[in-house]
Amino acid sequence: MDNRVINIQDAVVSYREDVALQGVSLEVKKGEFIGVIGPNGAGKTTLLTVINGLGKLVHGQAWVLGSRLNGRNGNGLRKRIGYVAQVERIDPRLPISVRETVMVGCYGRLGLLRRPARAQRETVDEVLEMVGIAHLAKRPIGHLSGGEYQRAAIARALVQQPEVFLLDEPTASIDQKAQREILNLIQLVHRQYRTTTLFVTHDLATLPSICQRLILMKDGRIWQQGSPQSMLREDVLTQLYGAPISIPSNIAALQT
Amino acid sequence: MDIFQYHFMQNAILAGLLGGITCSVVGVFVVTMHLSFIGVCIAHAAFAGALLGLWLGFNPLIGALLFSLATAAIIGPVADRGELNPDTSIGIIFSLMLGLAFLFMGLMSGARTEALNLFWGSILTVGRQDIIFLAATAGAIVGLVAVFYKEIQAVICHREVALAVGIPATVIFYGLLFSTGVTITASLQSIGGLLIYTLILNPAAAAYQLTYSLKKMLVIAAAFGVISCWAGLVASYFFDIPSGASIVITSSIIFGLATAFSPKRKVKRWQQVPLTG
Repeated sequence: MDNRVINIQDAVVSYREDVALQGVSLEVKKGEFIGVIGPNGAGKTTLLTVINGLGKLVHGQAWVLGSRLNGRNGNGLRKRIGYVAQVERIDPRLPISVRETVMVGCYGRLGLLRRPARAQRETVDEVLEMVGIAHLAKRPIGHLSGGEYQRAAIARALVQQPEVFLLDEPTASIDQKAQREILNLIQLVHRQYRTTTLFVTHDLATLPSICQRLILMKDGRIWQQGSPQSMLREDVLTQLYGAPISIPSNIAALQT
Repeated sequence: MDIFQYHFMQNAILAGLLGGITCSVVGVFVVTMHLSFIGVCIAHAAFAGALLGLWLGFNPLIGALLFSLATAAIIGPVADRGELNPDTSIGIIFSLMLGLAFLFMGLMSGARTEALNLFWGSILTVGRQDIIFLAATAGAIVGLVAVFYKEIQAVICHREVALAVGIPATVIFYGLLFSTGVTITASLQSIGGLLIYTLILNPAAAAYQLTYSLKKMLVIAAAFGVISCWAGLVASYFFDIPSGASIVITSSIIFGLATAFSPKRKVKRWQQVPLTG
């Protein structure tokens, strides 16, 4: 039985003159946890946007969760894909609470004319408890710290009950303690739900130890991929980033 | 009171109620999404369209509606695609609409009283047809907000997130822009092309200063909108000053008071504290 959740073949994505992805092919099996690393501008975020149907292919094909992306079915697929981006700057006066923000996660699946019922409200409460921000539920979303905001974003994605989880630099712009907490949370979520996960980062120190495969991207291409043990070598990473790289001590677990 | 005995004043009070609610509710979308300049642009497009109608001899409301909807349809994608700086492209459309408005006015022959009324508005002369149009618009806008509240909240507060969770965020966004166009058209006769935008912006901006709840913000903005219209009408009646101007000044005073007493100012001050150590 074909257990590929994502199958991208020869994908090319272009933003005006810039080619963001050049002939990328990628297969991801159900339940895999994949780390995507590479320097800024390597095409990591664009790869995620191809998977959630927001990136438009100028060449190639992509199948996600059994459906071929055709520019019209992205909205339906996104209901089944959790997406967490890096911390964004939010207007502190925005009239929406943490609880309401997390509730947005279930609106796609609910559909246009249905209101959240007791089941959805209970799910939101459970997830807020799980990510450790239940006590902040009534606070305006713009009043959270970076780490708290990312917990809310992860909670929102979990409320979607996603079959694929896309994490785009979720630990960027937050302090080290919060980074550790977010990484632990992401790993806890994966152990609990076994959701197919792609974790994008340019910072090797924030690579979760749970990664089963590493994809190294450079200049819009998948430069190399393989097990963390085979990829996390100083000579490989130095070539990837174009500068001398030493392996951060906190990801040593991935090398064994 | 004598003021309520006149039929024209009863119409004006009704127009103030309906226009105040509709403009303010639409204003909540504009203020929360930080689209103030887009709103100004749509308001001037409606004004230009109405003047075209007057010049060519068809119903100015139809011209206003077509121009405002067309402008919303153009500036939405321009702002989205980022091909030009949105401020630049919207500024160009804004100046084009202002230029067209003056062109159509210049081409008109004879007295331009009706055209000038569209400039300043005249809530004291609104007729039955205007009231019906305003009531239908108010009913439609309030109804749509009630039905699509959760999607509207997601789009105006977290548009990218709304798109990422499978909400038809683009359709909702354009729906909000079109609602702005229809509201401006419906209120053009009573408030006037140059002044209407203040009634959209000020009550919503005042409400934005006072609450972190979108539901409360909608109710407070609508209340401020209606109070602005009614207090402006009373001031216009007793001091014999133009009604549109008095409505706008009242709404500006409300905004000033809301800002002065805003609990959110504490947040702003907290953000301005420089980092030390």
